[in-house]
Amino acid sequence: MIPNEIEITPELVAEHGLKPDEYQRILDLIGRTPTLTELGIFSAMWNEHCSYKSSKKWLRTLPTKGPRVLQGPGENAGVVDIGDGEAVVFKMESHNHPSYIEPYQGAATGVGGILRDVFTMGARPIAAMNALRFGAPTHERTRHIVSGVVAGIGGYGNSFGVPTVGGEVNFDPSYNGNCLVNAFAAGLADTDKIFLSEAKGVGMPIVYLGSKTGRDGIHGATMASAEFDDDSEEKRPTVQIGDPFGEKLLLEACLELMATGAVIAIQDMGAAGLTCSAVEMGAKGNLGVELDLDKVPCREEGMTAYEMMLSESQERMLMVLHPEKQAEAEAVFRKWDLDFAVVGKTTDDLRFRIFRHGDLMGDLPIKELGDEAPEYDRPWVETKPPAPLDPESVPAPNDLGAVLLKLLGSPDMCSRRWVWEQYDHLVQGNTVVRPGSDAAVVRVKDSNKGLAFSLDVTPRYCTADPVQGGKQAVAECWRNITASGAEPLAVTDNLNFGNPEKPEIMGQFVGCIKGIGEACEALAFPVVSGNVSLYNETNGQAIMPTPAIGGVGLIPDLGKIATTAFKGEGEAIYVIGETLGHLGQSVYLRDIEGRREGPAPHVDLGAEKRHGDFVRSLIRSARVTAVHDVSDGGLLIALAEMAMAGGIGAALEAQTDLPLHAWGFGEDQARYIVTIAEAGAGDLEKDAEKTGIPLTRLGRTGGRELTLSGQLTISLDKLAQAHEGWFPAYMAAPDTNA
Amino acid sequence: MKSAVIVYPGINRERDLARALELVTGTAPYMVWHDDAEIPDVDLIAVPGGFSYGDYLRCGAIAGQARITADLKKKAAKGVRVFGVCNGFQILTEIGLLPGALLRNAHLKFVCKEVKLEVANSRTAFTNAYTQGQIIRCPVAHHDGNYFADEGTIRKLEDEHRVVFRYAEGTNPNGSINDIAGIINEKGNVLGMMPHPENLVEPLHGGLDGRGIFESLLETVA
Repeated sequence: MIPNEIEITPELVAEHGLKPDEYQRILDLIGRTPTLTELGIFSAMWNEHCSYKSSKKWLRTLPTKGPRVLQGPGENAGVVDIGDGEAVVFKMESHNHPSYIEPYQGAATGVGGILRDVFTMGARPIAAMNALRFGAPTHERTRHIVSGVVAGIGGYGNSFGVPTVGGEVNFDPSYNGNCLVNAFAAGLADTDKIFLSEAKGVGMPIVYLGSKTGRDGIHGATMASAEFDDDSEEKRPTVQIGDPFGEKLLLEACLELMATGAVIAIQDMGAAGLTCSAVEMGAKGNLGVELDLDKVPCREEGMTAYEMMLSESQERMLMVLHPEKQAEAEAVFRKWDLDFAVVGKTTDDLRFRIFRHGDLMGDLPIKELGDEAPEYDRPWVETKPPAPLDPESVPAPNDLGAVLLKLLGSPDMCSRRWVWEQYDHLVQGNTVVRPGSDAAVVRVKDSNKGLAFSLDVTPRYCTADPVQGGKQAVAECWRNITASGAEPLAVTDNLNFGNPEKPEIMGQFVGCIKGIGEACEALAFPVVSGNVSLYNETNGQAIMPTPAIGGVGLIPDLGKIATTAFKGEGEAIYVIGETLGHLGQSVYLRDIEGRREGPAPHVDLGAEKRHGDFVRSLIRSARVTAVHDVSDGGLLIALAEMAMAGGIGAALEAQTDLPLHAWGFGEDQARYIVTIAEAGAGDLEKDAEKTGIPLTRLGRTGGRELTLSGQLTISLDKLAQAHEGWFPAYMAAPDTNA
Repeated sequence: MKSAVIVYPGINRERDLARALELVTGTAPYMVWHDDAEIPDVDLIAVPGGFSYGDYLRCGAIAGQARITADLKKKAAKGVRVFGVCNGFQILTEIGLLPGALLRNAHLKFVCKEVKLEVANSRTAFTNAYTQGQIIRCPVAHHDGNYFADEGTIRKLEDEHRVVFRYAEGTNPNGSINDIAGIINEKGNVLGMMPHPENLVEPLHGGLDGRGIFESLLETVA
């Protein structure tokens, strides 16, 4: 029996984010009142963030297998075979709650956490991306959060030395009280040198590595499992502080240590720190774990067992090492000036025991801590589809050109240069396609192979129709990767939603998962890792459902890739896929008409596959010169982007019966724009006809203007001015709210 | 040509620099640990970019205290060529091999983009493969690249044609005095620059403009 140092009251239980029935479950499980330390451990293991208790049931339905998948969900990151004995290791994870409270450190440690997930598996990180969502530009906190988050991502990634090559940025009032910071990282490893978290062998030393433990981040994961209210500012102490230099040392030391063969198992200390990592290593290996907290390197004096078990101090690792290699391992860490301490051992009794000052502070069944976490089948209601949009109700604009300029210069559609110029996107010297194209492309070092990366989701589609929105997120990601010439391999998902205890929110979650699952299945694009972030609500106001999809593709020959920029004068421009003028939930309808109406565009997965495979074959046979997927803003936005990127204009023609604004700004899916030398245009038309691929000529490249016969004439300079202007001007504007 | 790259903890472009050296010279450089006493006998010592010791203090301040510094200074004094890029440039000013200092960028933000450089002096061992006044493309990636020195030092640098690279065509990304992007010491054997020529040396990088520096060195050694 362990003496209770503090009485466990219902208030204390509630403060730990545990519901009365969940506390009862603890009592039933251990047959006594838990100590405060044990209560903290349960709260860390059983919160939404760590236990996936609301989402697990639905996550199981996602396709996670494929011929190239070496490791699916359940480890620190997913692993996919890219041939020649190499694998890409990748994952995406949210750091939403901390980034809202303390933007710089929240975003910085989000990047740190995901990088650690990747190199914990034995992979050297080669690329990072970020999906960012902020409140309305006019909201009082937005500028402050954008500025802090972008600086934090740069501050960490630039110093660590990983190129940040892409991502997404959107603004919407639904994120006023909850910004989203979803950090993606990918690394390279040899397929036979992947490291896992499963401990093996009884009596093996458990070693603590990296930075010292402090009082920062205590209860971070619990915070991330609750809604915000007006007092959320007070949660600032739960945000961790990042040290990218410490992380860089940890990376080099870990990779060097792994090469010695000393490592049996490794787990980074992320959410819920020492607790989560120790339990996971033991439980996966069917072993008990004993920790002597007196051995843990501490930054501050007088830390209690409770504080040490819940600290989320960054840049720390836990490993199980071969005892005979311990000295060699220690030498590596000393060389890099990092802490190295044997803090415990594995046991054969499946208990998780914690000692502090010689006293037993916790004694819990290790398997049950993870496996017996509550799991909920939460009630949900299907999202009602919006009424159809009457095309007649959307009037033609007076000036198509003015609309194009307005959209190109709008917060959601304008250039993100202000953001990505603060990220080192060139370090490592392997960046082939820089930010601003459909997918970023990074060379696999010392080879002619490349990897393509893209992050995508359209939250307004998910709001209108979660199933179509989920499908569309996967389809757009697949398209972006395809448009670079890559074969899409697999995805990681970052599912951001409101409070799952509300049936409507749970309905959005279930719908999106269904859509994602269907699309991943149809496009052979399995989910290999991911993260769920729920309770993104403030004072009852939820974010739009935002299931971000991060995809990876393989390019076998870097000589055969495509980018969005027009390449030459006098080339033919085509759109592949059908243009039906779908304006429901479009950027046009929202930003020009001020209406969020109509159904999301329908995603025909068969057409996506056919059109994409066709485009990829065109790129690989070097027939097309530029390729761009058509998404937000439709054809005219895509064409303007291609013209600006290439510094070459185009003369367009609209062969259509549709109203021109529906033709130009409709958001029908499964479409790509390609350019091709006129000499090859006839063959392209024949091939498309033969294979039943819809192909429509849009005009010809050339000049310094974008023209649409009789409808608009805009110079490239004017387009670029509109496109590049908004972000820097917005960020430079004086803060009206201190 | 034999070369060495010094590796400090927190440096992150040492592989980029080593690759560029190997690509152009055909020989991989020695990678020398900051805590070593001596740098092998080489024709070129390269000090790479990154964030040595996190650069939490003044950039390059701690790296300047490394054990290897003594030998770096000794070899530079003997006339061995020394090439510092980005953090390497900051370290070289910190240990007094080059004058001036690199302050925080004028706009206070990290900047990664491509700029234009004017080769302001092509008669150095580092730049003779370029022509005088040639405009080249080159990426930058730094938070503290704003070159500063007192008036007298600037005048001396200009008078002695020791400003080797200048930001051109209005692309000064950091507020450097006189658009200074790279300078050389009096003896002409130590060059420091903020931009990263090592990131523009193969077709895959989208250009070869950075090769000239490595080709110049190869030429003058061979």
